[in-house]
Amino acid sequence: MYTQALNEKDAPFTTGRSDDPIKLERFQAIIDAEDKVEPNDWMPDAYRRTLQRQISQHAHSEVIGMQPEGNWLTRAPSLKRKATLLAKIQDEAGHGLYLYAAAETLGMSREEYYEQLLSGRAKYSSIFNYPSLTWADMGAIGWLVDGAAIMNQIPLCRCSYGPYARAMIRICKEESFHQRQGYEIMVTLSRGTPAQKAMAQDALNRFYWPVLMMFGPSDTESMHSADSTKWKIKRFSNDELRQKFIDATIPQGQHLGLTFPDPDLKFDAATGHWTHGEIDWSEFKRVLAGDGPCNRQRMKVRKAADAEGTWVREAAAAYANKRADRQRIAKIAAE
Amino acid sequence: MTEPATPLWEVFIRSRSGLPHKHCGSVHASDATMALQAARDVYTRRGESVSLWIVPSSAIIASDPADRDALFEPTGTKIYRHPTFYEVPDEVGHM
Ligand SMILES: [Fe+2]
Ligand SMILES: [Fe+2]
Repeated sequence: MYTQALNEKDAPFTTGRSDDPIKLERFQAIIDAEDKVEPNDWMPDAYRRTLQRQISQHAHSEVIGMQPEGNWLTRAPSLKRKATLLAKIQDEAGHGLYLYAAAETLGMSREEYYEQLLSGRAKYSSIFNYPSLTWADMGAIGWLVDGAAIMNQIPLCRCSYGPYARAMIRICKEESFHQRQGYEIMVTLSRGTPAQKAMAQDALNRFYWPVLMMFGPSDTESMHSADSTKWKIKRFSNDELRQKFIDATIPQGQHLGLTFPDPDLKFDAATGHWTHGEIDWSEFKRVLAGDGPCNRQRMKVRKAADAEGTWVREAAAAYANKRADRQRIAKIAAE
Repeated sequence: MTEPATPLWEVFIRSRSGLPHKHCGSVHASDATMALQAARDVYTRRGESVSLWIVPSSAIIASDPADRDALFEPTGTKIYRHPTFYEVPDEVGHM
């Protein structure tokens, strides 16, 4: 998902050899009792590291995720669409901030996390490395990308780490507007002229497979899951979430009168689930490794935004220092 | 990083008049005015607030989780602090 790289890199954690077994047992008991772990509580090193990576990757994804939609802001077809798209993108910036704040409670500063993103050491979701070529992509992104995000994020509201769970509750409340505004765009285009409907179909064709990849590698290949499950960070497997998403999405697409670009897609009446064709995992690995259609552009834009904002942060810091100095002097003078 | 870290502030929101301010998250900002503005933008985009408090995170004094038992356990045995501990004759009715 937004943290799909977790499923790929590194060897699985060996639960800290250095961790005190009694503390570890007590920690697991807290988790098993569905109690929350809070920032100053004792936690195993591997739990802390897993969360630092997962939450920061999630934050990076929210921040980079503003770019494909930002691309269409100035060309939105009406003032209403522009206002709603802008509000959605603002929300994504907010999601990034809630998540950086949650990640910071694990003992690393936002500056350090951000530096990991800018230096390319940290990953973000592969989905944001695909271009947004037409206005219909704003529909497909809201409907499918945010829809997939919701599928993944709802169980995270019950994550064992308190600050992450609370951030996810806030985020989930806001996400449902995102998905609905995207779907509404798709409804309008699908009911429009043949050219508009074709545009909606084209967007669905391009985004469908990359969206399925958002859930990460299939369970047979995914690492890290065992610890994450034991610690109640992850409650459903990649394939379970992907299946839930497909089952929810196909009827919505049918309602639009659109087709899905998967010839093997069929409903299995016996199980009540949709079965799908093989996902092209080589594409997934390529995009995640940095070789997707827009990886370089996304990082270039992010780095430029950071560089161009430097003088603003410096000026704000200088102003704050000047004011603090004046107050100190005034106080001394008054004494 | 050559830039100094931007200070952290805790944000408290009063969601309706009459209710207490409740902690809702944190923001980074170089001074209090900017912290207030950032908190407004980040935490009150949907009418969640009628009032905001901003406090430097470094000013929060928190109890140590390790002291939890020492601090809060003793009240567990003091059930006579609750009204249900006392028996009132039925004839007296609700009290
Ligand atoms: Fe989001
Ligand atoms: Fe969203």
